[in-house]
Amino acid sequence: MRLERREHRPVYLLVGSPIAAVVSALLLAGILIAIAGAPVLEAYRRILIGAFGSRLSATETLTRATPLILTGLAAATAFRARLWNIGAEGQFYVGAIAVAACGSNMLAGLPGPILIPALLLIGAVAGMVLILIPLWLRLRFSVDEVVTSLLINFIALLFVSMLINGVLKDPMAFGWPQSQSVVDHAMLPKLVARSRLHIGLLIAIVLAVIVHFLQTRTVFGMQSRAAGLSPQGAAFAGVPLTRTLVKVACLSGGLAGLAGAIEVLGVKGYVTTDLSPGFGYSGIVVAMLANLNPLGVVLAALFTATMFVGADGMSRSLAIPTYIADVTVALSLLTMLVALFFTQYRIRR
Amino acid sequence: MNVIVDIISSAGLWAAILRIATPLIFGTLGALLCERAGVLNLGIEGIMTFGAMIGWLAVYHGADLWTGLFVAALAGMVFGFLHAAMTVTLGLSQHVSGLGVTLFASSFSYYVFRLIVPVAGTPPTIVPFQPISIPGLSTVPFVGPAFFTQTAPTYLAILIALLLAYVVFRTPLGLAIRMTGENPHAAEAQGVDPIRIRYGAVIVGSALMGMGGAFLTLSAFNSFFPTMVQGRGWICIALVVFASWRPGRALFGALLFAFFDAFQLRLQTVVQGIPYQIFLMTPYVLSILALAVMARRARVPQALMQSYRSGER
Repeated sequence: MRLERREHRPVYLLVGSPIAAVVSALLLAGILIAIAGAPVLEAYRRILIGAFGSRLSATETLTRATPLILTGLAAATAFRARLWNIGAEGQFYVGAIAVAACGSNMLAGLPGPILIPALLLIGAVAGMVLILIPLWLRLRFSVDEVVTSLLINFIALLFVSMLINGVLKDPMAFGWPQSQSVVDHAMLPKLVARSRLHIGLLIAIVLAVIVHFLQTRTVFGMQSRAAGLSPQGAAFAGVPLTRTLVKVACLSGGLAGLAGAIEVLGVKGYVTTDLSPGFGYSGIVVAMLANLNPLGVVLAALFTATMFVGADGMSRSLAIPTYIADVTVALSLLTMLVALFFTQYRIRR
Repeated sequence: MNVIVDIISSAGLWAAILRIATPLIFGTLGALLCERAGVLNLGIEGIMTFGAMIGWLAVYHGADLWTGLFVAALAGMVFGFLHAAMTVTLGLSQHVSGLGVTLFASSFSYYVFRLIVPVAGTPPTIVPFQPISIPGLSTVPFVGPAFFTQTAPTYLAILIALLLAYVVFRTPLGLAIRMTGENPHAAEAQGVDPIRIRYGAVIVGSALMGMGGAFLTLSAFNSFFPTMVQGRGWICIALVVFASWRPGRALFGALLFAFFDAFQLRLQTVVQGIPYQIFLMTPYVLSILALAVMARRARVPQALMQSYRSGER
């Protein structure tokens, strides 16, 4: 038995691999549910009901998918250029805290139609600034950006914790560490009345389409892909490597920062240190499940959000820890890697 | 200035250094072994979390402490095998596979823990390893309480560091591991099986990572709680670079790092007016600084992160 590289990748394999990955992840997680002594099919039925069973739960799932689309896009754009940005979690938080700082007092006097775009831009820029640190370290000192961007996540979270316990602390929050709230007219309009779903979802989907366009139809898209496939080859073909990487980093960090900004302006209005239940890390799974395709990211984010929101309801009724959602999502990353392998190789006897 | 002198001259600080360094020594040696054979193992953070959980759980259910440590090492080996299968056999991206292992191992730890241990106001505890006073040495003033009244796994970690340094640089096996990390094709030409060496290194390295995690719950603390590893795994990955892939320097790096960490912990209690978060940031900032200073100078194993398939370039 040996492995043989495929000459070309058939479309059915590319479309089929995420589906196969998700199904096998669900099967493996099903074993864990069974070991815990709960009926597996019933558990999955309840996850679906929990995620889409009512108008409220469906809007909640879409609300949860919104930041995941953006962090998924952040990972997808960076990974395509082999820029290992694992710092989306930190970029999310600095985006969020920048918006909370500017939207609660500094810029609060501006009218809504100017204020909201300005705040979104500020969040994105904050994310860009944060990702430029690991990129600079890579370009200047050849430090692997994986470890630095991971370590910066911890620093960013402590920084946010410092601000919301200090200068940005809301004096009205009964001593809880949370930032001051942004002014009411800075909040994003709701998409569905009497729910938490806001227009951030549309922004995220439009951005997915724009990123798709950028990657398939522009010189920048070609250059970032070339930089990922073979840096030497790309440099030889005249691709400005450093400039391309900086652009990719700004796009990726900006998207993650924007995710934080939108989460503040769309849902909470203020920042706490549990604003993100690992959106940055889940974004990596979302990107991989989508095979780094920006449009696929939307679907992968929807799957991930379904698991997280659905598991909440299932956990209450069947006494299975909600962590089963995290386990399933992590498993789907591993199974997707294996599935991708089989789109590239075939087994020959 | 007086404050700083006071802190440095207290035996408590020096005892704390070894305690803080122990999980880092285990983890750094584990990561170092994997990388010497050419495999970056970013599963470390998750493997340490799982080791911390499963070691604690074993002891909580009546096993003795050494069995707990052993169970953590075994669990580490299982995850190591998973990472090796993904990266060595299938040749998948070592970055993404490692992150996948970390995400899976840590969420799986929380799942198992929550399933078996119900939510309680105060987390259940075990009786952890007790400090062993080395006869004769532990009664020496200052030096005794600082260095010779540690728990058994700390002494074990130091022994393993010395052992690994010997194996890597002084034995045929070590030569085979280093060759595989530098040039697997040349290694194969010399009759070494790179696949087997990589599997072995990743599995044994991951066992060490699991033990590092278990030290947290079996010696440093006496209970398990989510996110308790707190990025120690990533710090270990940085320390490997700082140590230039040498076990002896890894031991030194972990101790140096622990010195700063123990120092900032004590400084926190005496210095007023600086937010405590600034102090908590220092380990991560130091790791990044260490990387920036050492990354160019260190000699990276040349085949690190390159997949290898016999007869394929």
